[in-house]
Amino acid sequence: MPNGNRFDSLKMLAGGKQPSRREFMKFCGLMATFIGMGPAFAPQIAEALTTKKRPSVIYLHCAECTGCTEGLLRAYEPYFDEIIMSTISLDYCETVMAAAGEAAHGALEKAMRNPEGYVCVIEGGIPTYHGGEYGKVGGETMFQLCARVASKAVATIAMGSCASFGGVQAAKPNLSGAKGVNDALAAVGVNAINIAGCPPNPMNFVGTVVHLLTKGMPKLDNWNRPKLFYGDTVHSHCPRQEHFNRGEFAMSFDSPEAKKGWCLYQLGCKGPYTYNNCPTALFNQVNWPVQAGAPCIGCSEPNFWDDYSPFFHPIEDGPKS
Amino acid sequence: MSQTTATNTGKRLIVDPVTRIEGHLKIEVELENDKVKNAWVSTQLFRGLEPILKGRPPEDAPLFTQRACGVCTNTHALTSIRAIEDALGLKVPPLAQLIRHLILSALIVHDHLVHFYHLHGLDWIDMAAATTADPIKAAKLVGQTSARGDDPADLFIVQKKLKDFVASGQLGWLENAYFLGGNEAYRMTPEENLIMAAHYLEGLRIQLELGRAMALFAGKNPHAQSMVVGGVTCYQSLKPEIIDHFRAIQVKTREFVENAMMPDIRLMTKRFPEALAYGKTSNFFDFADFHDPVSGKDPYFSSGVLWGNDLGKHDKLDMNLIDEHVARSWYKGDQVLKPYDGVTEPNYTSYDDKEKYSWSKAPRYKGEPMETGPLARRAIAYAAKEKETRTILDDYFKGAGMKPEQLFSTMGRTICRVVETTMLIRRMGGWIDDTEKRIVKGDTDIYKPWKMVDAGKGVGTCCVTRGGLSHWIRIKGGMIENFQLVVPSTWNLGPRCEKDKLSPAEQSLINCPCPDPARPVEILRTIHSFDPCIACSVHLVDNRSGGILKFKVR
Repeated sequence: MPNGNRFDSLKMLAGGKQPSRREFMKFCGLMATFIGMGPAFAPQIAEALTTKKRPSVIYLHCAECTGCTEGLLRAYEPYFDEIIMSTISLDYCETVMAAAGEAAHGALEKAMRNPEGYVCVIEGGIPTYHGGEYGKVGGETMFQLCARVASKAVATIAMGSCASFGGVQAAKPNLSGAKGVNDALAAVGVNAINIAGCPPNPMNFVGTVVHLLTKGMPKLDNWNRPKLFYGDTVHSHCPRQEHFNRGEFAMSFDSPEAKKGWCLYQLGCKGPYTYNNCPTALFNQVNWPVQAGAPCIGCSEPNFWDDYSPFFHPIEDGPKS
Repeated sequence: MSQTTATNTGKRLIVDPVTRIEGHLKIEVELENDKVKNAWVSTQLFRGLEPILKGRPPEDAPLFTQRACGVCTNTHALTSIRAIEDALGLKVPPLAQLIRHLILSALIVHDHLVHFYHLHGLDWIDMAAATTADPIKAAKLVGQTSARGDDPADLFIVQKKLKDFVASGQLGWLENAYFLGGNEAYRMTPEENLIMAAHYLEGLRIQLELGRAMALFAGKNPHAQSMVVGGVTCYQSLKPEIIDHFRAIQVKTREFVENAMMPDIRLMTKRFPEALAYGKTSNFFDFADFHDPVSGKDPYFSSGVLWGNDLGKHDKLDMNLIDEHVARSWYKGDQVLKPYDGVTEPNYTSYDDKEKYSWSKAPRYKGEPMETGPLARRAIAYAAKEKETRTILDDYFKGAGMKPEQLFSTMGRTICRVVETTMLIRRMGGWIDDTEKRIVKGDTDIYKPWKMVDAGKGVGTCCVTRGGLSHWIRIKGGMIENFQLVVPSTWNLGPRCEKDKLSPAEQSLINCPCPDPARPVEILRTIHSFDPCIACSVHLVDNRSGGILKFKVR
């Protein structure tokens, strides 16, 4: 529940040392558990996150809706302001950065010259047809820009399903030739970690960054998604699974079964085919689509816009990808 | 990114990208005597959502179209749903309407707040100057201008955080900001900057909770999933504790809006009076929204048209007068088409083309460019003599010593955004109460079954944060035959039309001052005042030197 004191959140920013430290260690403990290392690992995370130099992050936007950045703005423990003021140095991100134009360009070039290197995050699919003319930033195609920045990065993270697999613009007929980062940039040696989801849970992104800072590269699945967050299907942790097992399905949204919270498989739920931690991680700390009575659309899977639609009908023969 | 690739004529000055917006947009202006003489606005990304929708089941459209924007996120879902429900002649249960009201109003408040502080704020706030403020003096100022207390400790904390951050030498998202190294265009005192900086940070925490408020009913935010054709699906949200949680966020947000945002816009109006003199456009429209959940009438936001900045005359909106031009856009042909018949066939020419120069189409009403958004909505309501808007705006005019006509400006646009936020966060309380009453009475009716028609058409409209949004669907064989989105940012930030009439944003830039082309903050202020939902870039053609001006900051 939200607290009553309007300045409580501000006090947590940097206030009296005790609460701040406590909050910070709480986060480190939480994060240690989240990335599968147990609370005892918290001091090590704390140490990695309090090094004098914050790791530089260059965040690029391509063919996208900015939903992933919006998701990141809603990050919670750590909050977005803590992430950009205490954990990382967000040296380039068009959505929030103060500089514009040449000054923004200068910030990018400066970050790219950072002797400690930088992490490149890409949000959005990359248009590839006709030399990438369908998407430009300052006259440079997104394709060129991403290749230039990502090929020199210490690590590249594809943020969201568009960057991971092309996303909605890559659905048929995909007039711009939008592709995911790894498909588009394999030729220049880019091998990105895919934080899939539309948008992904911000915890999956933050957890991956913390893992990179503390333990290095997380284990990835066949689609380059960190197994820690994408190791199980949505179905396997779904609170409605018992209804599935008993064959108790809601057949329409106005049925008593829908009101009782029975399984949504017959209404199109793709939970059994979708690898993500939605039921356990939750969105915005309070809910997730199936809890809100909405069938999972499979948004963290490759090509889900074409393979898992129609969205309100069950897929009888399983996933196509 | 690169300067050189964009400037092959050797005549252009480029600020690219314009940041703190959603998406990709390019703006080019010609300067004369420190003012903008001509302007071109161009979106730089083609995604092709409309062709993707063809041949798919209509009920899937809301999930696809929602991905048009992760900022106004579920408004696209809702507008698609309304278009389909229009085609089906479907009226959903009152409780479903109320829940949609709660989700939409939380979204608009969220969006206005994030825009005001996090996307527009750094055009006015000097975060560096805040580190030199006297927090005790600043706290006294807070006490004088808002109902909040004046505990300097809070401001000390924020200042320490900022000082530590600057001392780290890694400026991160503040790197190369236009306010660094001193800038006359930033005219608030260090104390005022500190107050605003504190609200910038506090606003980040408030917006998180507004996202949570949406998720309570929508399943998640961004990208709601519980809104479907026929109603909403969130039976598990029909609980007292969910209502209480939502209400607690509304109460907390209202405190912030009334005691931070409102005093802050009053302060900005006082410190930047020149921004009331530029950024003007002429014609305005918006749709109606927040209709009574039972009767379907009496919308809280009313529709209308306002011509030639005449606040004395309110005109009715006729949907049949909307069409889209592609003569100056990177699409095939130059036909003027009604949205139902819209065609989206890409035909790129070049980055530097002045004839066809944008991926955005140019929507027109009665052939005229129209501004839409909070300024349009409040001006239309004012012209329609709606009591609440009149009271709050007249009070504002009196306090700021401004004339109503000055609303038609860069600052006026931002004033209306805050006024609208204030109205909406208050009104939201009533919708929560109504929702609670229905739930307490045992109403769980949130979905109405339907059957897809074989053929039909429908239009859905929505008052989105940044303006009037409409989706137009034609159904054939039970599938989507055609689907067109006419979005606020194409109204506001599209290119010229077939008759070469400038879009509102292009119009607003004319005569915009630009005393320091290396730091064109006035141009940013004007463009940001529209709350663009497309990433943009600004080109400046300088007639005096005719050469490329490099934008070196500091």
